[in-house]
Amino acid sequence: MFQRLPDPQAKTVTLSIDGRPAAAASGDSVAAALLAAGLAQCRTTPVSGAPRAPYCMMGVCFDCLVTIDGVGNRQACLVRVREGMRVETQQGKREAGR
Amino acid sequence: MSAASELRESYDLAVIGAGPAGLAAAARAAGLGVATVLFDEQPAPGGQIYRGVTETPLRERAVLGADYWHGADLVAPLRASGADYVAGAAVWSVSREGEIGVSIAGAARLIRARRVILATGALERPFPIPGWTLPGVMTAGAAQILLKSSGLVAQGAVVLAGTGPLLWLLAAQYRRAGARIAAMLDTTPPENRRAALPHLPAFLASPYFRKGLALLREVKGSLRIIRDVGAIAARGDGRLREVVYRSGDGAEERLPADTLLLHQGVAPNLNLANSIGCKQEWDATQLCFAPVVDEWGASSVDLVAIAGDGAGIAGAQAAEERGRLAALDAACRLGRIDKARRDREAAPHRTALRRAERGRAFLDLLYRPRRSHRIPAGDTIVCRCEEVTAQQITETVALGCTGPNQMKSFLRCGMGPCQGRLCGLTVTELIAAARGVSPAEVGYYRLRPPVKPITLEELAGLPQSDAALRAVVRS
Amino acid sequence: MAAPDVIVIGGGLHGCSAALHLALRGARVTVIEKDHVGRHASGVNAGGVRRLGRDPAEIPLSLASLELWYRIRDLVDDDCGFEHHGQVKVAESEAELAGLRARVDAVRALGFSHEELIGRDELRALVPAIAEHCVGAIVSRADGAANPYRTTLAFKRKAASLGVRFEEGMRVTGLARNGKAWRVETARDGAREAAVVVNCAGAWADRIAALLGEPVPLETWALMLMISARMPHFLDPVVGAAGRPLSFKQFANGTVLIGGGHKGRPDRDTNWTDLDFAGLAKSARTVWDLFPVMRGAQIVRAWAGIEGRLPDDIPVIGPSSTAEGVFHAFAFAGHGFQLGPIVGNIIAELVTTGRTNLPIAPFRIERFRTPAP
Repeated sequence: MFQRLPDPQAKTVTLSIDGRPAAAASGDSVAAALLAAGLAQCRTTPVSGAPRAPYCMMGVCFDCLVTIDGVGNRQACLVRVREGMRVETQQGKREAGR
Repeated sequence: MSAASELRESYDLAVIGAGPAGLAAAARAAGLGVATVLFDEQPAPGGQIYRGVTETPLRERAVLGADYWHGADLVAPLRASGADYVAGAAVWSVSREGEIGVSIAGAARLIRARRVILATGALERPFPIPGWTLPGVMTAGAAQILLKSSGLVAQGAVVLAGTGPLLWLLAAQYRRAGARIAAMLDTTPPENRRAALPHLPAFLASPYFRKGLALLREVKGSLRIIRDVGAIAARGDGRLREVVYRSGDGAEERLPADTLLLHQGVAPNLNLANSIGCKQEWDATQLCFAPVVDEWGASSVDLVAIAGDGAGIAGAQAAEERGRLAALDAACRLGRIDKARRDREAAPHRTALRRAERGRAFLDLLYRPRRSHRIPAGDTIVCRCEEVTAQQITETVALGCTGPNQMKSFLRCGMGPCQGRLCGLTVTELIAAARGVSPAEVGYYRLRPPVKPITLEELAGLPQSDAALRAVVRS
Repeated sequence: MAAPDVIVIGGGLHGCSAALHLALRGARVTVIEKDHVGRHASGVNAGGVRRLGRDPAEIPLSLASLELWYRIRDLVDDDCGFEHHGQVKVAESEAELAGLRARVDAVRALGFSHEELIGRDELRALVPAIAEHCVGAIVSRADGAANPYRTTLAFKRKAASLGVRFEEGMRVTGLARNGKAWRVETARDGAREAAVVVNCAGAWADRIAALLGEPVPLETWALMLMISARMPHFLDPVVGAAGRPLSFKQFANGTVLIGGGHKGRPDRDTNWTDLDFAGLAKSARTVWDLFPVMRGAQIVRAWAGIEGRLPDDIPVIGPSSTAEGVFHAFAFAGHGFQLGPIVGNIIAELVTTGRTNLPIAPFRIERFRTPAP
C-alpha cells in the first residue's frame, strides 16, 4: 500500500500488469510501479510457491522478479517503466522457452 | 552519460558503482588524465545513499535533507571530468587479468581495464525474523528508495523495526513528507550503551552528534517508540497483517501492520570482490566480512582497489574521500602521476577522511544488532532464494558440514540468484554458533561469477575471440 | 595410537574410495588432504556417471564401476543422487553420424555392447527437446549422473565409520623411505609413517611422483561449468555432442548444468581459477543451437575445478615404478568421477594381494619414463 506524493511535474506512463492497464510516473522502476498499483505480490517462488514482493528495491534480494515484455526473471527494481511495457507476475519455475 | 555503442574495448581504469566513492574516484582519475569508465547498474547516478539525486520528484530539499542533496555536488564533477559513465550497466565478472564482463541493455560485453576500483557500496544486513519473506515486509532502505525515486510513501499501518541511524532518518523523512508511522520497534540492545560509552567523546565532537540529535528531536514527539524489542515476528496469510513482538520482559504484543520496514545496519556489498578472490576478514565490531585493503584501498589482488562502504562501512563522507585516494593511487600506478604528487594531493583527503570517520565507532557499538536477530532458529527462513530454514542449517552442521561452502552442496543454501547477499552473514554466524567457533574461522561463501545472473542469450552473444577458439579441449 | 598401514595422499573421490576399499579389507588407513575432502575436481565436476565415449583402455574399468554405482547405497549408505536415464551423444550432421557409427562398430569389435547407435526418431523419443537438425546419436542406456560432492562425502563418511582417519588442512611436503616404512612429511604437523602410500593427489600428484623419482608430464586444467536458474523439466538423459564439447544435464530441482571442456586458468598453488567468459560463451552457443528451449535460460553461476591431465588423456593407475609399497591413481583428465568406485577397489586389491583382475597395464606410470640413451 503505497501512495504518491503530489508532483506537478510528473509525466505519466501507461503500462500493463497481467494484462490490466496501470499508470506509473516516468521515473519509476517497474517494482515501484507495481507497488504504486497496489499489487500485493509479484511472484510465487519455484521452491514452495510462496508469494513474494519487492523487498530491498536495490537489486540484491531478487524477490521482485517479473516477466517484462516477454523476458522472464527480470529484476523489476532495476528496470525503468516505459510506455506500453507489458509486465507479468511469475508463478514458480520459469516457463521454458520464454 | 555514454551509450553502450560509444564504449571502448579497453580503458586504463574501470570504476564499478556510481555512489559517492565511485563518483569521486572516476571524476578524480579522469581529471588526472586516466582513461576511465564508470559502470553502474542503476539508471541514474548516486548509488543508494544519493539514490535518484539527479531526478527525484521530491524537489523540495527539506524533505530528504541537506546531506542527501550533497550527492548532486558529486555528479557535476563527474560529468565534467571526461570519464565515460555508463548507466544501466551490470558488471557480472572481473578477472584477475582485467577482463570485465558487463551487461548493458540486454547485451553482454567484455571490456579490458588495466586497473579496477570496486565501489559497490553496502547493502542492508539480513534481518531474519519469522515471516520476513511475506509481502508487506521490506527493508527501511527500500522505503527510502521508493520515497527518493518515486515520491511513494507507505500507507495504512506502517511499522519500523530494528536499530541504526537509518531508521531515525527514514522516520524524519516520512514525517516531513506527511506520512504516518504507527510505531517504531527499537531493537537496540540496552547493553550496547555501556559498550559504546568509551567512544562518546569522539562522537560528541563529530558532525554525527549534531545531526543525530536534530533527527531525534524532530521525530520523538510524534513517533510511538517501543524500546528493547527482542522477539519480533511478521504474521499474515500470504501477506503481512500484524507484527508480534516482546519488549524487555513484557508480554507478547500485537500490532496490526500493512507494511513492516526492517533495518539493523549495513554490510559491505562484497560479491564482486569475493568473486575475484580479494582477501576478506571478519570485523567483530560491525559483525560482517570486509575486504582487506591498504591505506589506498589496494586489495590483495594486484588489479583491484576497493573504495567506499564496499571496503568497510564508514559512511558516505568517508566513501568519497576513499574514492579520491584510490583514484590518486590508480593514477600513480598507471604512470600518470608520480608518488610525490600522489602523496601531496592525498593529504587533504586523508585529513577529511579522518574527520569523516570520527564518531563512527560510537555508532557501530550503539547500534550493534541483537544476536537473536542475527542468528535465528527453527522455521525462520535463512536463505530466501532457496527457502532454507535455520533448523535445516543447524541440523546439517550436526551432520558434519563445517562451513558455508559445504552447506551450499547440502542444502542449496546460497545457491540462488542473490548469491548469499541476503543469507551469507546469517549462515556464517549460524554455523559458528552451532560449532562453537568464531565466524572468522567459519569463513564466508566462496563466490564465483557471474555475480548477477546473465541470460544464455547474452552469454552466447559475446564476441568470439581467437583465444576462445583455441581453448576448446575436446572436439 | 597405532600407526596406519596405509597413508592415502589426497581426499578427493579416488582417495576416499581407495581408503574405503582398503578399510573394507581390514587395513588401518589415514587420508591426508591439503584442503578439505571434495574441495577440488571431485566436488565440483559435472557428476557424469558415464561409460559412453571412453578411451578403450578405460572401458573395462568403467563397466565394472557402473556395477558398483548400481549398488552404491550398499557400498556407502547413500544413493549419492545417482539417477540413470542414459547418456546420449548427438550427431548434428550425417558426417558426424558416420563418425559415431564407426565408433560403435569399433567398440563392439572389442566385445563391448554398451554403446548403441540410434536414429532421428529414437533420439527424439529420448531427448524431445533436442534441436531439429540433429540426425542421430550414440546412447549408453544404463549411464546417468550423480551428485559429486555428496558422493565424495559419502565415501568419506563410510570410510570414517570403518576407522579411516581423515586429516584435512594438511599438505604433504616430503616423502622418503625410512627403513621398511614410508615417511610422509606434512607442512604443519610433522611426519607420519606407513608401510604403504597411495598417491591420489589429483592435480598435484605429479609433485608426489617427482619425490619418488618418477616424474610425469602432468598439466593442470580448470574445466569450466555453469548452471542455470530452475526451469520446468525437459530432459532426462545426460547429453553430449559429437562435434563440439558439451556435457548437458538437468537436475531434479530444475536447474541445468552446462559443462564440456572449455578451459579456465588455474593456479594450483593458490587454488584459484580464473574463468574465461569467451570460452563459456562458446558453451552457451552450443546449448543455444542444440536446445532451443534454453534460449530464455539464465546463467546464475560458473566455476571450474582443478584437475590433472596427462598427454594421452588417460590416468595413471598402478604401482610405482621406483618405490616399493607406493601406488598411484591420478590424472583422470575430467572423466574420473564414474571410475571412482572401481579404482579404489583396484588400489585396495593391489595393496593387499599384489594383483588385480582388471586390465590396468595401459595406465602404468612407466609409460612416461623417457627411455635411457
